[in-house]
Amino acid sequence: MAVETARTEYWRWTESRWTSPDIDWRNGGVISGGVDVGSVSTQAVVMVDGKLYCYSNMRTGSDSPESANQAMAWALDGTGLTIDKLHATVGTGYGRVNVPFATKAITEIACHARGGNFMYGPSVRTILDMGGQDCKAIQCDEKGKVVSFLMNDKCAAGTGRGMEVFADLLGVHITEVGQLSLKVETEPPPVSSTCVVFAKSEASGLLRQGWAKERVLAAYCSAMAHRVGTLLERIGVIKEFAITGGIAKNPGVVNRLAKELNIQPLTTTMDSQIAGAIGAALFAKALHEKKGRS
Amino acid sequence: MITAGIDCGAKNVRAVILMDGRVAGKASVPAGMDAASGAEKAFDAALKEAGIARTDVSKIVSTGAGKNEPRFTNDVVTEVGADARGIHQLYPEVRTVIDVGAEEGRAIRLDARGKVVDFAINEKCAAGAGAFTEAMARALEVPLEELGALSLASTQAIPMNAQCTVFAESEVVSLVHRKTPKPDMARAIHDAIADRIASMARRVGIEEKVALIGGVSRNVGFVKSLRDELGIEIILHTDPEFVGAIGAAVVATDQ
Amino acid sequence: MLANYGYKDGSGEFFIVVDTDKCDGCGACVPACPAGVFELVENQYDIDAENPIAAVTKEHSKKLKYSCGPCKPASGYDKAGMACVKSCETRAIEHSW
Repeated sequence: MAVETARTEYWRWTESRWTSPDIDWRNGGVISGGVDVGSVSTQAVVMVDGKLYCYSNMRTGSDSPESANQAMAWALDGTGLTIDKLHATVGTGYGRVNVPFATKAITEIACHARGGNFMYGPSVRTILDMGGQDCKAIQCDEKGKVVSFLMNDKCAAGTGRGMEVFADLLGVHITEVGQLSLKVETEPPPVSSTCVVFAKSEASGLLRQGWAKERVLAAYCSAMAHRVGTLLERIGVIKEFAITGGIAKNPGVVNRLAKELNIQPLTTTMDSQIAGAIGAALFAKALHEKKGRS
Repeated sequence: MITAGIDCGAKNVRAVILMDGRVAGKASVPAGMDAASGAEKAFDAALKEAGIARTDVSKIVSTGAGKNEPRFTNDVVTEVGADARGIHQLYPEVRTVIDVGAEEGRAIRLDARGKVVDFAINEKCAAGAGAFTEAMARALEVPLEELGALSLASTQAIPMNAQCTVFAESEVVSLVHRKTPKPDMARAIHDAIADRIASMARRVGIEEKVALIGGVSRNVGFVKSLRDELGIEIILHTDPEFVGAIGAAVVATDQ
Repeated sequence: MLANYGYKDGSGEFFIVVDTDKCDGCGACVPACPAGVFELVENQYDIDAENPIAAVTKEHSKKLKYSCGPCKPASGYDKAGMACVKSCETRAIEHSW
């Protein structure tokens, strides 16, 4: 049945959940949880003996504790597992101190490095996380330990929020902007303003001049790729390179960034948004084991 | 001597006719898509107000972001230079000028002769300029002209966390959902931008007297927040948007 | 580890870099900064670490250009002479701008 809304929400991206067909938690030892409460999306992950068992990825509601509860409940849906059976849980992300069932809160930088190491393998050295309201660049070693990082959560340029502003302006769904931007025959010059507010007025001007939507999107995606590229210069890009977060699902930005850096990013079959939650679940396992030893 | 100053701003083009040190005509038109034709229109309107013809004007100097666009001008001056000359002409006692326009904020320190000693500019980020209050007024669903008066009715200071205009829009929307009184939100908006403008001014070293110019100085809420933040009196001009154009016209009298 | 606190926006790049390998958690920078930019936090980057480390508070990391403005006069300033840099005996603090 179709649900009618007053206004199309072009920024609304797809929520997801997954359960491993190969693992039975009843046969496992340590069951650890990780919850990444971001400003826009929340992910919950459960690992059994350090293997990915199930996850969910959904929108953050107005209440952080409730979002954490809902995300974990959805991740556990149909598995027979309940929150009280988790041996340890770590909260991370913007709302990390608001995860009601967490054993500890750990910074998202450390969790992303650890999770990126799990998702992309120990060869990954540079992780770029492009989230809803921030952009993180992390360099890590083969164990997933942070060597250097920077986090930009002050400015909307280079974040998912900036892309949402453009999706809304052009009336194109956020899940489609990347593909559409690749349909241009020749690459237009990038939007010159970094600031999303000024870039938006620039884009409105281009539309008035008769530019097609895909051309405006191409100009914005390449501006975003360039901006993130220069941000990465601060910490340097060492191979292997991986992109996580919502923007990792946008080929319009990813392809252009790969071209700009001249490095092909690693790919994964997992949801690119769960890196932080995976790292949190791995920290939770380590904490539980440390407690057992002492 | 009759000279003209044209200030080609991001949003509006302003023209001023200066006759023996006195403003004889002035006009402001929207910059539109093409700053050059905007400049023509503003110039003609200012001439009309002064009751003179183009040929009566001995020199025309332009300033502002689009200062190189008009073809009929004789020279250009930087925005900082124009602000400094303009304010010194109007208020020789001023040592610090703060100019907050639609897309840029500036702080300039002058010596007793009106020479620029130091300046700081905030550009390319909407959070430090008038574009911030415009976007916030939209998010609050209040006409921009009413935002200032609204904030004077505030009874409590509430902090704004976002430093980015786009993030601040979401913050305002969530404050609206929490039924925060609109006057308090309006004040939070002005306190936030006043805090940024004051920090920029502190970089040049604030020396009294201080003048505030630019379109945003018409916003009484912003002026109050800035006064409270700096803790000093601020001189306001009746035509705050025209000071740059006046300065350009003063520069045109140099020979 | 090099922790870059701050941001890049349309107007420029504004970062304070804390080298956590050099920082011994003495906390001298906390009262030294006139704007109150620093705080001591648990070192979550190294699970075996026992000392806290200096970090830039969340609030200030989003407005460093403004918070640090008074220590950085527009006409030029001396990076080594800034209160935070001077207060750090192990030289763990650097400014990018």
